[in-house]
Amino acid sequence: MSKVIKVLGTGCPKCQSMTRVVKDVISENNIDATLEKVEDIMEIMKYSVMSTPALVIDDVITIKGRIPSKDEVLELLKS
Amino acid sequence: MFDWIQHIADWFVYDILNLNKGQHLAEALNFFIYDTTKILILLFVIIFFMGIVNSYFPIDKVKNYLSRNKLYGLEYLMASLFGVVTPFCSCSSVPLFIGFVRGGIPLGVTFAFLITSPLVNEVAIGLFVGLFGLKTTIIYVVSGILLGTISGVILQKLKLESYLTPWVKEVLANAQKDQDTFIAEKQTLNQRLPVIWDEVLKILKGVIPYVIVGIAIGGLMHGYIPEGFFEQYMAKDNLLAVPIATLLAVPMYSNASGILPVAQVLVAKGIPLGTAIAFMMGVVGLSLPEAMLLKKVMTFKLIAIFFGVVTLCIIISGYLFNILL
Repeated sequence: MSKVIKVLGTGCPKCQSMTRVVKDVISENNIDATLEKVEDIMEIMKYSVMSTPALVIDDVITIKGRIPSKDEVLELLKS
Repeated sequence: MFDWIQHIADWFVYDILNLNKGQHLAEALNFFIYDTTKILILLFVIIFFMGIVNSYFPIDKVKNYLSRNKLYGLEYLMASLFGVVTPFCSCSSVPLFIGFVRGGIPLGVTFAFLITSPLVNEVAIGLFVGLFGLKTTIIYVVSGILLGTISGVILQKLKLESYLTPWVKEVLANAQKDQDTFIAEKQTLNQRLPVIWDEVLKILKGVIPYVIVGIAIGGLMHGYIPEGFFEQYMAKDNLLAVPIATLLAVPMYSNASGILPVAQVLVAKGIPLGTAIAFMMGVVGLSLPEAMLLKKVMTFKLIAIFFGVVTLCIIISGYLFNILL
């Protein structure tokens, strides 16, 4: 089943590097997933995160406030 | 404590590069190697330590704590203290602000947090210890915390809720002392360390270029600006110096890592420490990009009041430093 991945962040450098990490993991491992970048603050607040960037996989917040490593993202996407 | 770094710097400059003692270039290089090494070590230690503390006080826990507990005025101080241990990224300030408002935390308490968080952070502390010594660092940290606390109390007294943007007012109206389901990570320190370690390396990598450039510029100025040069313009009894330095600093946007090494040289060349600290607080604590971000949640008037109160408090603490130090 295709996973829906969202990166929440208002567009700061940290959020961009998170998006890059996730993109790389998806393409390197041929994972069936759609990646969406959420930059609108109202939209972000629906997830009640207080530190960005945040990684949301299938509507579950998995990481917030830091940039994960590729291995960590891969692990999250597999489970 | 740092003698051994001096030995390494001496060995590298005089033995390996074979430069002569007393030569201008040799001394500048020696100073640069010593300062950079010392500061990077201090930064590493302090960022690592703060990373551990922060791992046990994530922002969600802080918010839940502040929204749950009535502390009879102490909540401003608590918010300010939490601001110290929370790493701050200006792009997180808006989500953080909304999160606090939604949790029913008073506006003033939220401001206390927002003010101290960028002002007193791990990078600034590490640089301060390395450049100005422990005593000045403690004074800076304590006054940063007090500045956040006092500004927070003042801003609360001004009853600014009506100056929030409409959608934030709506959030405020629906605010509840909700405890967002927050699953505390029950991990041992050993399990936390890899993540903390990663963060430390990332932060260090981010600031190293600024530190090196800052120290290099500082080193150059050190050699070319005569001792006591600024005293004639910015003596302690010049009452305009502190406000001018602060007002110049507020719109500037630089991280502490670039500005502090330069400020240290300015102090060595005669700028009073209080004036320099006011300048640094203005640069690090308030910035135009932050104001632009806050426009999403605050009206222009509220941002102006917020910046005005903090600027005023910075100026007052600058005067206090000049009197006390």
